[in-house]
Amino acid sequence: MIVAEQKSLEELRSLIGDAENVLVVGCGTCVTVCFAGGSREAAIVSSSLRMASKLNGDKMQVRDVTVQRQCEWEYLDEIEEQISEADVVLSLGCGIGVQAIAEHFPNTWVVPGLNTNFLGMPTEQGVWDERCAACGDCILGLTGGICPIARCSKSLLNGPCGGSEDGHCEIDPEVDCAWQLIYDRLNRMGKLQVLLDLQPPKNWRTSRDGGPRRIVREDLRLLEEEE
Amino acid sequence: MTTSSSNDGNLSGSNLEQVLRAGHFAATGELGPPQSADGEEIRHKAALLKGFVDAVNITDNQTAIVRMSSIGAGTIVVQEGLEPVIQMTCRDRNRLAIQSDLLGAYALGMRNLLCLTGDHQIFGNHPDSKNVFDMDSIQLVKMVADMRDEGIFECGDAFKGLEPRFFIGAAAAPFADPIDFRPYRLAKKVKAGANFIQTQLVYDVPAFTAYMEKVRGMGLHEQTYILAGVGPLKSPGMARYMKNNVPGILVPDEIIARMTAVGAPWAGKKKDELTREDKRARSTAWKEEGIKICIELIQQLREIKGVAGVHIMAIEWEQAVKPIVEGAGLYPRPALAEEELAA
Repeated sequence: MIVAEQKSLEELRSLIGDAENVLVVGCGTCVTVCFAGGSREAAIVSSSLRMASKLNGDKMQVRDVTVQRQCEWEYLDEIEEQISEADVVLSLGCGIGVQAIAEHFPNTWVVPGLNTNFLGMPTEQGVWDERCAACGDCILGLTGGICPIARCSKSLLNGPCGGSEDGHCEIDPEVDCAWQLIYDRLNRMGKLQVLLDLQPPKNWRTSRDGGPRRIVREDLRLLEEEE
Repeated sequence: MTTSSSNDGNLSGSNLEQVLRAGHFAATGELGPPQSADGEEIRHKAALLKGFVDAVNITDNQTAIVRMSSIGAGTIVVQEGLEPVIQMTCRDRNRLAIQSDLLGAYALGMRNLLCLTGDHQIFGNHPDSKNVFDMDSIQLVKMVADMRDEGIFECGDAFKGLEPRFFIGAAAAPFADPIDFRPYRLAKKVKAGANFIQTQLVYDVPAFTAYMEKVRGMGLHEQTYILAGVGPLKSPGMARYMKNNVPGILVPDEIIARMTAVGAPWAGKKKDELTREDKRARSTAWKEEGIKICIELIQQLREIKGVAGVHIMAIEWEQAVKPIVEGAGLYPRPALAEEELAA
C-alpha cells in the first residue's frame, strides 16, 4: 500500500492561508490503513484547524468528508457540491489523491495535507517499511523475494557492498541490509548459486527514469460507441 | 590474465600492470584531492609519494565529501611523473557520465582505474543530494572491460576510433558481512574483468590468511593481482574507532594495546594537564608505532601466497609512505616503465 504521514499543523495552516471555507477530504483506502488520512484523521485535522482558527480570532469554516478512494473520478463526483463551496480543499489523500482533485475540479484550489512516503507495509504495530520502488521490471525472482532496488541504500544488483555489518546497513543501524536478508534467505533455501551470476546494468527505462509512465490495456478500454 | 589485443600481452601498458606482470611485489599509495581548486596541494603530495609507490590512487569524492575530481587531480599527478589509479564511483554519475569521463581520462594519459560503488552520500557534506547508482561496481568493471576488450560502449555500440585501455581494478572487503560470501563476491569481480584488487584495510593477519586460503581455493589469485590494504595508525583512538565504527575492518586488541602502550608516559593525564610539547611528543610516539606496525603487517602479508602487493592508505599523512616502503624493504621501486619508455 501507499504509506504517508501527516504534515504538521503549522504547515497545514500556512498552506490554507486566510481561506474562509476549508474542506478537508480524507481517503478511505491506503492512507486510512496507515492512519494518516482516513475519516478519523480528517475529523481530527478539521477540529484542530477550527480550534487554531478560533484561538486566532479568525472566522474559518472547516468541514470534512471522506471518500472511498480519492484516485477514482466516480468517488470524487460524490463530493462535487461540497468541493465547489470550498475556498481551499485540504486533501488527506496521497499525492495521487491531491492530483486527482486538481484534475477533476479545474477551478478548485487544492493543497496536500500529507507527505506521501513510499510503497510499503506495516511490519509491526505502528511501524511501516518500504518494500517496492515501482521500477516496472520486477527482479524479485532473482533475489529470493527481497527487493534490493527498494531496500538496498545503493540499489545494488550485485550486492552486498562492504558497508554491511551485523545485518544492518551502514547508513543507519535501524535499516536492515537487504543483501544480508537476500543472502540468508537464499542460503536457507539452498539457492546461493543464483548470487554467483553477474547481474547486468538494469534497464531503468521502465522506472521513473524513462519519463512519466502509462499503461494502456486495449482489452479493457471502452470503445467510443459503447461509452 | 584476460585476453588482450596488444602485441606484448599488456592490457594497458601501465607501470602498475608491468610491475605486477614482472612478478614484483607491488606498492600502491593513495592521494586525497583537496576540498579546493588548489593544484599545488596535489603537486606537494605527489612529491611525497613519487618513487615510493608504483601508482597512486586518486580518490573520487571520498566519503561523499566534495573534492577536486579524481581525473582533474590525476592529470596533475601525471604531469608530476607519478602514475595515477583513477577511482570512479557509481554514486555521482550514470553510465553516460562514467563512460565520457573515462574517455577523457584515457586521453589525458590515465591508464589505471579502480571501480567502486561509492560511499552513500549520507556520510558526506551533501547529505541532501540525490544519488545515482545507475550501476554497481561489478557492472562498472564489466563495462570498462568491454570497452577495452570488445571495443564497445555499454549500449553495445562499437567505438569509432581508439578505445580506452585501462588496467582495471576493484575493491574487496574481506571482513564485511556476510563474511562467507566475500570470496564469492571477489570471484564475481574477477569474472566481470577485474585485473587487480585492492582490499579494505587489513590489521588482522590470521583472518586475512583464512580469507586468502578460500580465495586460492577458488583459483582467484591466478586470475587477478591481489593487493592487501594497509594503513598506518595515528593513535589508539583511531584504532578503536575503526574497530568499533567502520564496517569490515578488524583491529585485533593486541594492536590497540601496542598503540596504547607507547602513549604510557602521558597516560592518565587530563587534556589540560598536557602541554603542547607533551601532546606533540605523544603524537610522535603513536605515529612511530603506527608506522612500525604497518611495516610488520606488510612483511607478514607478503608471506601469504597470492598476495601480489600492498595498497598503502595514508590519506592526509602522505609523509608516512616513505618510511613504510623503506622499512618494509620495498624501496627502491622497480623502474619498469622508464625502461619501457627508453626502449
